[in-house]
Amino acid sequence: MSLKKNVKLGLSALALSVSFHAMAAEDPIKVGVLHSLSGTMAISETALKDTMLMLIEKQNAAGGVLGRKLEPVVVDPASNWPLFAEKARELLEKEEVDVIFGNWTSVSRKSVLPVVEELNGLLFYPVQYEGEESSENVFYTGAAPNQQAIPAVDYLMNDIGVERWVLAGTDYVYPRTTNKVLETYLKDKGVAASDIMINYTPFGHSDWQSIVSDIKKFGSAGKKTAVVSTINGDANVPFYRELGNQGISASDIPVVAFSVGEQELAGIDTGPLVGHLAAWNYFMSVDTDANYDFIDAWVEFKGDEAAVTNDPMEAHYIGFNMYVEAVKKAGTAEVDAVKDAIIGVSVPNLTGGYATMMPNHHITKPVLIGEIQDNGQFSVVWETPSTVAGDAWSDFLPGSKDLISDWRAPLRCGNFNVVTGTCGSSADVASK
Amino acid sequence: MSIFRLLAGLVIAWCIAFGPSLATAQVQDDAAQTLLQRLVEASNAERTAVLKHISESGDERARGWLEAFSAGKLATVKESGATVLVLNNVGRNWNIASALNGEDMGKVSRRDLATVRVNNSLRKEVEGLLAVIDLAAQNPDVRLAAARDLLGEVDGALVAQIEQRAQVEDSTAVRDMLTTALAIHQLEQGDVSAVETLSGSLNANARAALNNASNSDDPVLAAAAVKALESIEQKLKMNRAAETLYFGLSLGSVLVLAAIGLAITFGVMGVINMAHGELIMLGAYTTWGMQQLFPGQPGLALILSIPAGFLVAALAGIAIERSVIQYLKGRPLETLLATFGISLILQQLVRTLVSPLNRSVVTPEWMSGSIMINEALSLTLNRLYVIGFALVVFAGLMLIMRKTRLGLEVRAVTQNRAMARSMGIKATKVDILTFALGSGVAGLAGVALSQITNVGPNLGQNYIIDSFMVVVFGGVGNLWGTLVAGLTLGTINQVLEPWAGAVLAKIMVLVMIILFIQKRPKGLFPQKGRAAEG
Repeated sequence: MSLKKNVKLGLSALALSVSFHAMAAEDPIKVGVLHSLSGTMAISETALKDTMLMLIEKQNAAGGVLGRKLEPVVVDPASNWPLFAEKARELLEKEEVDVIFGNWTSVSRKSVLPVVEELNGLLFYPVQYEGEESSENVFYTGAAPNQQAIPAVDYLMNDIGVERWVLAGTDYVYPRTTNKVLETYLKDKGVAASDIMINYTPFGHSDWQSIVSDIKKFGSAGKKTAVVSTINGDANVPFYRELGNQGISASDIPVVAFSVGEQELAGIDTGPLVGHLAAWNYFMSVDTDANYDFIDAWVEFKGDEAAVTNDPMEAHYIGFNMYVEAVKKAGTAEVDAVKDAIIGVSVPNLTGGYATMMPNHHITKPVLIGEIQDNGQFSVVWETPSTVAGDAWSDFLPGSKDLISDWRAPLRCGNFNVVTGTCGSSADVASK
Repeated sequence: MSIFRLLAGLVIAWCIAFGPSLATAQVQDDAAQTLLQRLVEASNAERTAVLKHISESGDERARGWLEAFSAGKLATVKESGATVLVLNNVGRNWNIASALNGEDMGKVSRRDLATVRVNNSLRKEVEGLLAVIDLAAQNPDVRLAAARDLLGEVDGALVAQIEQRAQVEDSTAVRDMLTTALAIHQLEQGDVSAVETLSGSLNANARAALNNASNSDDPVLAAAAVKALESIEQKLKMNRAAETLYFGLSLGSVLVLAAIGLAITFGVMGVINMAHGELIMLGAYTTWGMQQLFPGQPGLALILSIPAGFLVAALAGIAIERSVIQYLKGRPLETLLATFGISLILQQLVRTLVSPLNRSVVTPEWMSGSIMINEALSLTLNRLYVIGFALVVFAGLMLIMRKTRLGLEVRAVTQNRAMARSMGIKATKVDILTFALGSGVAGLAGVALSQITNVGPNLGQNYIIDSFMVVVFGGVGNLWGTLVAGLTLGTINQVLEPWAGAVLAKIMVLVMIILFIQKRPKGLFPQKGRAAEG
């Protein structure tokens, strides 16, 4: 009896150690998810965290990568910029994650940047940003200004015949830089300074009366006028509401926005907004099977028939698939190998094309202009004939037009000056 | 044989009687199908012409098609190519009906439909076409709206039609609008006499046309246009001043609403309540909740939210007072920190229980849009209601504080607590009631704010600083001070904003307040007598 028991025990111990060994051999690849789940930015970032969990779940169901499972490590930086850096350090040092997907605003990315560079991590940043940055450790899967702002202005100028411009934005780094780029671009195209009006408002601005009245006045000069809006987040809602109340329709003065997506529209009555524009690289209404499959999976994952998808979610979809491909190509999840392998990797996007990782760590994207519909969706009215490669350094800013970024073998430089032939330190240029 | 003949005769007779109508219906459907087909397949540039054909086809379904097209609700079924009207385009499955006979075709997956894309210029085109149809409508308001839509849209083909319409039109307003529309067209053609017609007009389209004319190569025309513009500019200046004043009053009344609850809790009771903003937020969420309870009746829900918002916020206020503030009496720093903590707790509670996303509060029909004083000055209705509401709330509070037993006791307790207690006033009860009153008023502010700003977890944070600013500026403990301070700050802000920008205007207002407080530390209306010493 006791012998039998001992054998049993021994067997189970053996089984345990075998399974332990098997697990050690297939250590999971740890994927850090660094998105705010509380605080102001939770409104936008919670959906991105869920997107990552869904993508990881799907990849694991398909057998993981290189026979290894993926394991998400979710942390909450609570919309607090310094906390982003702390949480990134925690992910890289304590959790030893292989890659991080995260951040929303440029200031949070700037706060994480030194940590990721110091500890040699990988960060996929999924939101449109102002450019003027290129880090060896960061992959920018959102749009650079030349993938969103410039094509949108081109559309307004050439297809709508806009001659007078209001550049309205929230007062922080992304709108200020984007508007600087746009102002130079417009002046290059022959727009007079008196035909450009620039206006900045604080975060969460809610009293738009006099600004909208000003825009109305500016637009009554007999030339077709449009508003290019880099107004961030929910300040857009009272802005659009005031436009509607003061009787400005999209056919009089169209507003093209770079920060208003399906998620933002979900919180408002879109009736008065019909016809206003947004420029993105993806819309939920895009008519492709890949997109419908993604929406179906998302609705199922959320268990909410009304769940919406948006552009930064597509950016994570692309970024995640690129990472998976790069790991397969490199044969390992080791950071330096993946960093080299990922350049040139192409994966399908959701709009019926392919996204390729460029040597400057930006990706190729189509640019779509959509008009708001009364169901809170966008109807695509214009798109670029082919994809556009992201440009880290704008050609329309004096300090950056001579700079290029190329992280491939011989050069390995984020800000190579083609005129002087030198590679400056990234921090220097960023602070200029 | 004869039976056969009879039958044949009957068949022929039937054909004569019913045949033509069937045949025309068929012909009409065929023609309609072709038109719709052309609309679907045309490029955007060609669509203008097709839309015109549709509106002139005389088909009674044409209006429905045009409206569906401009709403982005015209689609084709990918498999069959049939043109359909989308009845409900929310979610993954859409309700559709046949475009030809209106027959309901049930729910179809979004995957199987291709919507006919529309854009702003096509939508404007459709608006113009519908306006021409609407000019013949019975209702003069519809005709006026139609005539307004035609401003700046008149082309050579329409002139005769509009002139004819203007002659038979019996409403003066519509006739004037049509004359303006024609004059704009004439001015675009370079007709100097049109300047005369437009010279007094404040209409934006007319001004745009004059502006363009003033840059024309024809010196006579340009000079006339410049002169006309000058006289218009004079009138506009007056209107703009009035508009700025209105904007100021409206921002001011928002500030008064947000601050007046604080004027009671902070001003009268001396409690620094950092969770005041979150009480406002609770009021706004109550409005959202009521609208969920009464779907389809946003107006009723909003009116019911006024008492409901007051109650919810007042109960929350009582809970805060009982659980925290009563233990921290006379320790302002601790109160500040503790209530700040409460404000964070309330925010995260809403995020967890409701959603981190903003909630959509519907504006009832009677509160959206604006009333037009003249072509250059219109007052937005939602703001007008908020101004009125703020004044009513203020008057109500004044009554309570001056004319009721509660008001008397509150004033007694705040002036001299010990004395009041020895006179038999239950100070604790008064504390609770006062705090509940202040909190409830914050809830009322939330109900009003839900109509002009976002209802989300951060709503309160945006107003807490402004509220303290107004109360301190107005003089702590004085409701009149809060009213005057709120309206003054609102107006100053709106006057500064156009030339200084929103950010700088805010900074300037803050600096002004700091300087003012240096000079008069007790605010605009300092309390006098015993209360001031307490």
